[in-house]
Amino acid sequence: MLLAELSNKGLAALTYGLGAIGPGIGIGYLVGQAVQAMARQPEAAGMVRTTMFLGIAFVEALALIGFVVFFLAGA
Amino acid sequence: MFALEFPPLSHIVNWPGFVGDGQWWEINKVVLIYLFAVIMTMAVFLLGNKKQMVPTGAQNIAESAVEFIEEGIVMETMGTEGLKYTPYLLSLFFYIFFTNIFEVVPVIQMPGSARIALPLFLALLSYVIYHGAGFKEHGIGYLKHALVPPGVPAFLLPLVVLIEFVSKFLVQPFSHTVRLFANMLAGHILLVTFAVLTSGLFVAKWYVIFALLPFIGVIFFTAFKIFVAFLQAYVFTLLTGVYINAAQSHEH
Repeated sequence: MLLAELSNKGLAALTYGLGAIGPGIGIGYLVGQAVQAMARQPEAAGMVRTTMFLGIAFVEALALIGFVVFFLAGA
Repeated sequence: MFALEFPPLSHIVNWPGFVGDGQWWEINKVVLIYLFAVIMTMAVFLLGNKKQMVPTGAQNIAESAVEFIEEGIVMETMGTEGLKYTPYLLSLFFYIFFTNIFEVVPVIQMPGSARIALPLFLALLSYVIYHGAGFKEHGIGYLKHALVPPGVPAFLLPLVVLIEFVSKFLVQPFSHTVRLFANMLAGHILLVTFAVLTSGLFVAKWYVIFALLPFIGVIFFTAFKIFVAFLQAYVFTLLTGVYINAAQSHEH
């Protein structure tokens, strides 16, 4: 009933918010583990950082696709 | 309560042409940003090419930039066999960085990569280059190398090949494009939102003091955007390196 009252734009925004949950958890976990790895082995920090950015880029893509879909659906 | 009118999306990324408005060759702000980024990227090459033994001034910067690409991207992703791709990755990095950084240049304040044409072109160029590198290294056997991961049971093979094909040949360039484009567009919208909020609250009433909050937001996110401009150029280049490596490497 509530959903029916939302406009197309509101629905798109809501869906984007839902879609951002997963990547949010993912990036948090990823960076947390990377920091832990760097703290345990500071000499491997460079390698860990590169891999971390790579992982972030892949996880982030999901949220960004949601962002684009939000514009396509909300227009 | 407030006279807040958020501009439609087309108003914050479309610019009227200075010359030839509406023609296919029209010259507008974004085209000028692209041209300037090309000139700046060429300047990095020319300055890095000077062969002074003791570098001074701009040559210093250019040489440490080349070193950063070599050490931070090429060696990390591809090792020594990737060194021949350094010029491509270097120009890719600087071109993206210079188009991105116009987000925070006063008066201009438009990231060139917030129009999807540029990220799409660069991603397709990289697509041709990394699959080209794969075909050059493996010949026609590259298709097997790319589509059939080692150690897959025979009955799963059709499914795996289909998944690998979709992810490597269709989704990969798409996500490569969207990552740069959506990041820059989102940052641009964020800055516009805070600027609109600031100007909306900037009235001769008592609540004008609240205009300070979004104004601090503008300053903070402008600083953040400098970091993002660098990071997105780095990530785009890093991923290109990873894809080239995945295409031309041999299984051990």
